[in-house]
Amino acid sequence: MGDHTQPVPATSRRLPLRMWLLQSRAYLALIVLFIAFSLLTPAFLTTGNLVILTKQVAINAILGIGMTFVILSGGIDLSVGSVVGLCGMVAGWLLTEGLILPPFGVSIFFAVPIVMLLTLVAGIAVGALNGWLVTRLGVAPFIATLGTLYIARGAALLISDGATFANLVGQDDLGNTGFPALGADTFLALPYPIWVMALFAVAAAFVARKTPFGRQVYAIGGNEKAAELSGVRVNRVKLVTYMISGLCAAMVGLIIASQLVAAHPATGETFELNAIAVVVLGGASLMGGRGTIGGTIIGAFVIGVLVNGMVLLGVSEFWQIVIKGAVIVLAVVVDQWQQRMQQKSLVRMQA
Amino acid sequence: MTHAENIANDKNGTALPRRTGSSNGSDKTEPVLRTEGIVKRYPGTTALDGVDFNVYPGCVNVLIGENGAGKSTLTRILAGIESPTSGQLLLRDQSIAPASPREGRALGIGVIHQELTLFPNLSVSENLFTGRELVSGVGTVQHGKQKEVARTLMARLEQDISPDTLVEDLRIGQQQLVEIARALAEDVSILIMDEPTSALSRAETEILLRIVGELTAQGVAIVYISHKLDECLRIGDRFTVLRDGRLVAEAPAQDVSLAWIVENMSGRSEGALFRKEARTIGEPVLRVENLSLPRPHGGGYLIKNVSFTVRAGEAVGIYGLMGAGRTELLECLLGMHPDARGSVFLGDRSLAGLRIDERLQAGLALIPEDRQRLGVLRNMSVAKNISLAALSRFTRGPALSGRRENREVWRMIETLGIRVSSARQSIATLSGGNQQKAVVAKSLLTQPRVLMMDEPTRGIDVAAKSDIFHIVDDLAAQGMGILFVSSELKEVIALADRALVMARGRLTAALEGEDITEQHLADASVIAPSTEHPNEQVA
Repeated sequence: MGDHTQPVPATSRRLPLRMWLLQSRAYLALIVLFIAFSLLTPAFLTTGNLVILTKQVAINAILGIGMTFVILSGGIDLSVGSVVGLCGMVAGWLLTEGLILPPFGVSIFFAVPIVMLLTLVAGIAVGALNGWLVTRLGVAPFIATLGTLYIARGAALLISDGATFANLVGQDDLGNTGFPALGADTFLALPYPIWVMALFAVAAAFVARKTPFGRQVYAIGGNEKAAELSGVRVNRVKLVTYMISGLCAAMVGLIIASQLVAAHPATGETFELNAIAVVVLGGASLMGGRGTIGGTIIGAFVIGVLVNGMVLLGVSEFWQIVIKGAVIVLAVVVDQWQQRMQQKSLVRMQA
Repeated sequence: MTHAENIANDKNGTALPRRTGSSNGSDKTEPVLRTEGIVKRYPGTTALDGVDFNVYPGCVNVLIGENGAGKSTLTRILAGIESPTSGQLLLRDQSIAPASPREGRALGIGVIHQELTLFPNLSVSENLFTGRELVSGVGTVQHGKQKEVARTLMARLEQDISPDTLVEDLRIGQQQLVEIARALAEDVSILIMDEPTSALSRAETEILLRIVGELTAQGVAIVYISHKLDECLRIGDRFTVLRDGRLVAEAPAQDVSLAWIVENMSGRSEGALFRKEARTIGEPVLRVENLSLPRPHGGGYLIKNVSFTVRAGEAVGIYGLMGAGRTELLECLLGMHPDARGSVFLGDRSLAGLRIDERLQAGLALIPEDRQRLGVLRNMSVAKNISLAALSRFTRGPALSGRRENREVWRMIETLGIRVSSARQSIATLSGGNQQKAVVAKSLLTQPRVLMMDEPTRGIDVAAKSDIFHIVDDLAAQGMGILFVSSELKEVIALADRALVMARGRLTAALEGEDITEQHLADASVIAPSTEHPNEQVA
């Protein structure tokens, strides 16, 4: 799934080993962690553990995929955690109370696939709101999505007045059973969330690498003015990146609600920070224009393996948090180091 | 008393007659600051190439060169804002390496920047002391003392400006004077002035030139950069000319004339090498009628009532000085300024209300002046840069057709002679000239009917310049309309079938054929402020 570095100079064929190590550091870190934990604890390298690990990774990875598009275009989306919570609540609400039509005093219940579709649409709508605030009203992405972070969380609480929608199994007579399958069932021995992650990753990598839209996202992140002068419809492309992020967050909301067979309005708090962390770990620049979907997936696995391994080793939960933070900072420091070296070698090449 | 107060009190320049023994500009004086073999490379371009620059004390050291010659880079290195790739700075024969503007200032090197570096949200006195506030024993800012100094400095500059005024409330010329006052408040022995008069009125310019005289009388070395050659000739003691990053000439004032400057500045060969073919000129493709653009914050127009046409197969050059409104004109045509009024027709089609992407699709294209800021996407490869504006041509279903894209990109790389080892190489690794060709290639892939080029040869080497000339010639021969802006007289003469001259937002001349001469172009580009309403409806 994609080389995780930007196109390097053609002379990179003679790239010194040091540069090569730097550029593939995310893969190397993942391999090192993998081997280390395999040696340190026998519980790590078992099918059962790896499936659990990947299922946990899927949450961050799917959020990270949406976040990657936003960050590539030079923006940021702080609202994804709240959207996870809101969309879980939307699904729970549609399943237990149905869509209430006040003039008729009736509730309409939908089959599970329709509920999921409506939930995804809700996520996209929040993304569209973000995009609208950023492009039409010119609100800085950090502030606009910070605002929707609160709005979406508040809306999630309002839906049920703060209560949890429990036991989302549906009713046979309403024809809306089967929701828990998304979180619990498997296909070819792998749980659905893993398949969803794989599907989203392949689709996103295709969009990023093979479509005009993807190319334009990189262009905007690299030089927004130049992109505009090249005929890129900057506002529209940005709007779509936020909508993709909203869609991914809604998908995660569905997965979690399905796994828990319940929707709680506080679900997803601080998930936005995890999503940003995996994107950055994957080598993306918060300035935009640099990063890949493949890198983000690797980043999600680095965090996932790290946390999983530390749990198995019995590292204190508090230390886990400290180490996670240190790894993120280290990743960025090394990334900047690599950028500087690349700049220098560019200048040297001309001499 | 601080140094600042000293200077401020020295209103008439009489109190400190520390004039150095020898006369200004004499060869006997030793330089106070020298550079030895300064080289500065950026990815993609060599800005300075082995420059030995001498700055003499008590002199106005004029530094001249065309845009992109390396003047600003050199001053940034002198001031410690950037470090040279190689070479060294010698201050009174001691090697120095200021690593920041702060260190530069500590060594007595001050700089007045071309772009204003003031804080619009702070008051005049706060701006004057930013970074070196006068503090009391307990560490608080002594605002009263600062204001006092500010008041005397303003008086010295003959400005009736209260120290409490916010800088954003000042006229741009006044802001420039505050910037100058800030440099005066510092204890500098070398003061670099980069285009200090570009925003000043005539009266304000006189004040500045008087201050310059006072400073040199005190032994301060001034490094003076200006596009206004008459100004330079009037106050300069030593002249140094940069061209394409190299120092090409240095002489004391008595050996310098306008002819000497012009010859050294633009002593290029490409004008002589290039002979434009006789072109077949067709129907009008671009028609501009009464185009006006108000200044963003009110107070007049950046472009006023400009009308002209460009015909198929014709190269039209727009000459003018900095700030004449040429870049803004091209930007208006591409739809970058929604405030612009007037009509623009491409063929028979009105472009009114169209977005940038729609205008590109209609057949306009712009190669911007500021290549780094508006032209290249440094995070992308050469191929992706070239194909960016024409992606819809390479799309099959939802996906890009890599084969088709590659074929077209390579066709461009070969036609324009872009030197690459691979199309997937990062564009940042190319030289300035090749980057420019890639930007041209990007525009050409949209198959424009009219190609607009803003300073198409700025900051690229001579060989690449000649290539760009031939490319323009070929395109015109194929029937494309070319509208280019240039500050280089020779370029306009060599390339243009017709030349328009802009001054202060208006068209002041339209020249054709043999009439396009350096004299005619230069005359029309300088319009005295009193000569309002020159013939507006030319062309």
